[in-house]
Amino acid sequence: MSLLTETSGRAEAVPGLLIRRRPGARIFSSVVAVAALIVVLTLAGIVVGSGSIHWEVIGEYFFAPVMLSGVATTLTLTIVSLAGSAILGTLLAAMRISKNSVLRVIAAGYIWFFRGTPLLVQIVFWFNLGLFLPRLSLAGFTVSINTLVTPTTAALLGLVLNVSAFMCEVIRGGLLAVDTGQTEAALSIGLTPSRALLRIVLPQAIRVILPAAGNLGIDLLKATSLVYVIGTKEILGTVQGIAAQNFYVIEMLIVASLWYLVLVSIASACQSWLEAHLARGIGAGPRPIARPNL
Amino acid sequence: MATNSQGDAIRIRGLRKSFGSHCVLNGIEMTVMRGQVAFIIGPSGSGKSTLLRCVNHLESYDGGELWVDDYLVGAERRGSGWIEASTSVTAARRARIGMVFQRFNLFPNMTALENVTAGLRLVMKQDAAQAFERGRELLARVGLSDRGDSYPSQLSGGQQQRVAIARAIAANPGIVLFDEPTSALDPELVGEVLAVMRDLARDGMTMLIVTHEISFAEEVGDVVHFIDAGRIAESGRPAELIRHSNNPRTAEFLARIRTTH
Repeated sequence: MSLLTETSGRAEAVPGLLIRRRPGARIFSSVVAVAALIVVLTLAGIVVGSGSIHWEVIGEYFFAPVMLSGVATTLTLTIVSLAGSAILGTLLAAMRISKNSVLRVIAAGYIWFFRGTPLLVQIVFWFNLGLFLPRLSLAGFTVSINTLVTPTTAALLGLVLNVSAFMCEVIRGGLLAVDTGQTEAALSIGLTPSRALLRIVLPQAIRVILPAAGNLGIDLLKATSLVYVIGTKEILGTVQGIAAQNFYVIEMLIVASLWYLVLVSIASACQSWLEAHLARGIGAGPRPIARPNL
Repeated sequence: MATNSQGDAIRIRGLRKSFGSHCVLNGIEMTVMRGQVAFIIGPSGSGKSTLLRCVNHLESYDGGELWVDDYLVGAERRGSGWIEASTSVTAARRARIGMVFQRFNLFPNMTALENVTAGLRLVMKQDAAQAFERGRELLARVGLSDRGDSYPSQLSGGQQQRVAIARAIAANPGIVLFDEPTSALDPELVGEVLAVMRDLARDGMTMLIVTHEISFAEEVGDVVHFIDAGRIAESGRPAELIRHSNNPRTAEFLARIRTTH
C-alpha cells in the first residue's frame, strides 16, 4: 500500500502550508528496491559467471550462414502466413457478418475448429496428411500428397489455417467497432454498400485491427518455432541441428532466443510506427460527440 | 397512381413500416413541394426519423408509395411492373439527396475539407483540385473557411454539424434531409447551425427537417407536419399550427415541448 502513495512529493515548492512527506514510505520503497536488485544481480551472476556457458560459441554461430538461412526461413514463414491469414481472415470475417446464414455457420464452424485445437497438433496433422489421403484428385488432375506436403508447405498450411481463425475475429471486431453512422453517412453521399465498406469503414477499422493484428503477428513469429518438430529448418530447427553436432545446447538456444528478441523488437517498432501513422485526426479514445469551442 | 405527375419533390401516400410487430409508420400522407421548407415535429418514437430515412432509402418501407422527383423509392420499372432498385441505382439516387444526421457522422480520419468533398471525389469522381476548390467555397458558406485542415475531433459540435451540412449540399442535391440536426449540441452551439440552415432555406433549397426547435420551425418553415403514432395528425402553416392548433394531441405535445425548452 505504501508503495502506491507517492504523492505530495513537491509540497515544499508550493507556497502555503508545508506538508512533509511521511518518512516510512520512502524507507520501505528503498528497501524493496535494494532487495530486488540483489536478487536480479545474483541470478545474473549465476548465469554469466558460472563459466559453463561458452560465450564465444554464441558469437561464432550468431551470424553463421546456416543461422542466417534459418532466420530467413522464420521470416518467410511469418510473412507468408501473416499475409495468407489476412486474406483468409478477411474472407471469413465477411462470411461471419454476411446475411447468408449458411456462410455464417461455415465460418463459425471453421473458427470453432481451428481455435479449439492446438497449433502443434494441426502442424503434425498436415505433415502426415498423406497417411489417410495419399492422392488428391481434382478436376481430372491427380497429385500425390507426399510430393505436395513438404516440411515447408505443411508448416505454412498449419500456420495460415490456424492464424486465419484468430485474424478473422480481429478483423470482425474492427469492423464492428466502427459506428453504423459512418456507413449511413457514406451511403447518404451516394456510395454503394460495398464501396462504403471499403472506402469509409475499413480504413477506420484498421486502427482497431492493427494493434491486435500486430500482437497476432508477433505471436506468430514465435509460434513458427513449433514447426521444427516436422523438420523445418527455421531458427529453432537450425540451432537444434547444430546442437546435435557440437553439443552446445544452451549456447545454441541462447543464439535462437537472441534472434527472436531481435526480430520481435523490430516488429514491435514497425507496429508502433504504423499505429502512430494511422492515428492522425483521432485523439485518444473514442471521438467525442460534442466538444466545447477550442 | 403510377407516376408523380404533379412534379412535387416528395410525395408520400399510405406509407407503412414496421419493425417486427411494432408498427412505426401507419399510413403516412405527405407532400413536399419543390423549394418548400417542411418541418416534421412529434413525440419521440412517433416515426419522424424513420420517415425521413425512408426518403433516401436508408430504411426500406413495407407498403404504400414514396415518390421522390420522378422515381418510386426503392424500385425500378421493369416492363409494366416494378422491381427492387439495384444498389447502384439506389446509390445514384442517394447522391441527389443530402442528409444531415443528429450525431454529425463526419468521417473522423478525414479533415473538414476532405469530409466536405468526399462525395465529389469518391462518387462524382471529380479530380482533387476541382473538388477542393468547391469544398473551400462550401466551407466559406458555412463560415468555416479557416478550418478546412482540422479533423472533426478538433472542431466543436456546432462546427462539426456545419461541416456536415456543407458535405450534404456539396453535390447540389435537390433535397436536403435534416434528422434532429441540433439535438446533440450544447445549447450555446445551436444558433450557429440554425443560422446556416436559415441561409439554405432563403436560397430556396427543398428541405425536410425533423426537429424539436419549434420557434425555428415557426420562423423559416413553409409547412409543419405533426406526426403522432405513425400518422400525420395535422399539417399546416407554422404560425397557425403552432399557435392555434385545434388538435388536442398537437396542443398537448407543444405544451410539453415549451416547458422543457
